[in-house]
Amino acid sequence: MKKQSAWAPWVLPVLLIALWQVSSQLGWLSSRVLPEPWAVAKAFWTLAVSGELWTHLRTSLWRAASGFAIGAGLGLALGLLTGSFHRAETLLDTTLQMIRNIPALALIPLVILWFGIDETAKLFLLAVGVFFPVYLNTFHGIRSADQGLIEMARSYGLSGWPLYRDVILPAALPSILVGVRFSLGLVWVLLIVAETISAQAGIGYMTMNAREFLQTDVVLVGILLYALLGKLADLVSRGMEKHFLRWNPAYR
Amino acid sequence: MFISTALFDTGALPREGATWTAAQPPRRQGVSLELDQVSKSFGSRQVLKEVQLALAPGEFVAVVGRSGCGKSTLLRAIAGLETAEQGSIAVGKGSIAASIRIMFQEARLLPWKTVLENVAIGLPRSLNAAAATLATVGLAERANDWPAELSGGQRQRVALARALLHEPQLLLLDEPLGALDALTRIEMQQLIESLWLSRGFTAVLVTHDVQEAIALADRVVLIEEGRITLDLKVDLPRPRARGNAAFAALEQRLLSRILNRTTATDAAIAA
Repeated sequence: MKKQSAWAPWVLPVLLIALWQVSSQLGWLSSRVLPEPWAVAKAFWTLAVSGELWTHLRTSLWRAASGFAIGAGLGLALGLLTGSFHRAETLLDTTLQMIRNIPALALIPLVILWFGIDETAKLFLLAVGVFFPVYLNTFHGIRSADQGLIEMARSYGLSGWPLYRDVILPAALPSILVGVRFSLGLVWVLLIVAETISAQAGIGYMTMNAREFLQTDVVLVGILLYALLGKLADLVSRGMEKHFLRWNPAYR
Repeated sequence: MFISTALFDTGALPREGATWTAAQPPRRQGVSLELDQVSKSFGSRQVLKEVQLALAPGEFVAVVGRSGCGKSTLLRAIAGLETAEQGSIAVGKGSIAASIRIMFQEARLLPWKTVLENVAIGLPRSLNAAAATLATVGLAERANDWPAELSGGQRQRVALARALLHEPQLLLLDEPLGALDALTRIEMQQLIESLWLSRGFTAVLVTHDVQEAIALADRVVLIEEGRITLDLKVDLPRPRARGNAAFAALEQRLLSRILNRTTATDAAIAA
């Protein structure tokens, strides 16, 4: 019973791949539309052996990690600030809410004018996109901290930083982690677009380049890599939830 | 807004490193409590009307009344969680601030801290004392569990241990047993009574359960529409058996007084 449930999530993907392979072999799918899975696997192997794949992967991972660190870090800091101090909220929140409604990707032309087409432009796009989910959820988490617990802690002599560290911050943590998880998913979406801005390396570059030469198998390798990286990011954030929220029965 | 240095309890906490080695906790006398003409209103609704109440040190007083009569507000005003608009509340005599602790209807444990850390809140360096206090409420072996793993009654026992660790001179109980099942409630009542007898703190218990009030308190005070309308001395020997005829008679009298306050017997009881 236990074994069955462990394999259950993978039944559907495996079935889909089998169906795909069969329909390619029977000629229902032209290889220009969708190459057979076996060809994709071979393309992956070739790219891996030549080392090209790892160069692109390293570049993309570095971009995603640093863009996320900057955006999520700022989002956390400002969310804590506006959530904790009403004055900071009055000063900052309206501005931030206006900026939030601009899609990060709509900034591309401006970003290219500002930063040119090098790494800074890509990191800026990622950071802006990742900022808001973390900011909003941090703000919300701090604001919805249980007032009963805060009142109790105050009456037991906690105030200032100890009150913040022991009561308000842990109460906000589930919400903050929701923001982090959402951002980790978003960072890959933004990365694909950012890497189409005249990149020299990265999975996005590899995919766009392959498109020029009609290498559909390499395009698919790129797409599948994004799927895998997204899943990996999700695993990381789930691991964080399991660790930080182990007191909460819902996350055990 | 959330970060404030305001505290209602300014002093008289045991020193942070304080631990006791003996199995018997040090006896501390309770403090007197005096409410003089206390009034409080929320908006245009007056919740407390010139409440006058005095407690001797170490006395156990139960405050009963229908829901919405102002009994919880009275307790929160004593705790300093609400400010009274008029009148004065004096805890203890002299200039030394007394140690007050309150138990809420919900246990209000921090779910991200273990049971032991919850007991030691506010006194993080006295984990040994916290473990000893946890043992007095019978939960020594649950010290490292999360609050989510405890039953409702166990959570309230942890909350009681948390309050006791601060060695309160005045313990305020805001319907702490209201959400518990009948059997657990009787167990908790016995626990509170025995701890009160051994430690001698002054206690104010707000409850809607007349039986609970009579079982525990030296005096039962009835609040109706923000006013104290009855102050009844309970002269029964402890421990009090619920089946006892005198107990039942008292309970009956008090209940009928609360349920129909316009009957002719009022004057007789109040006298």
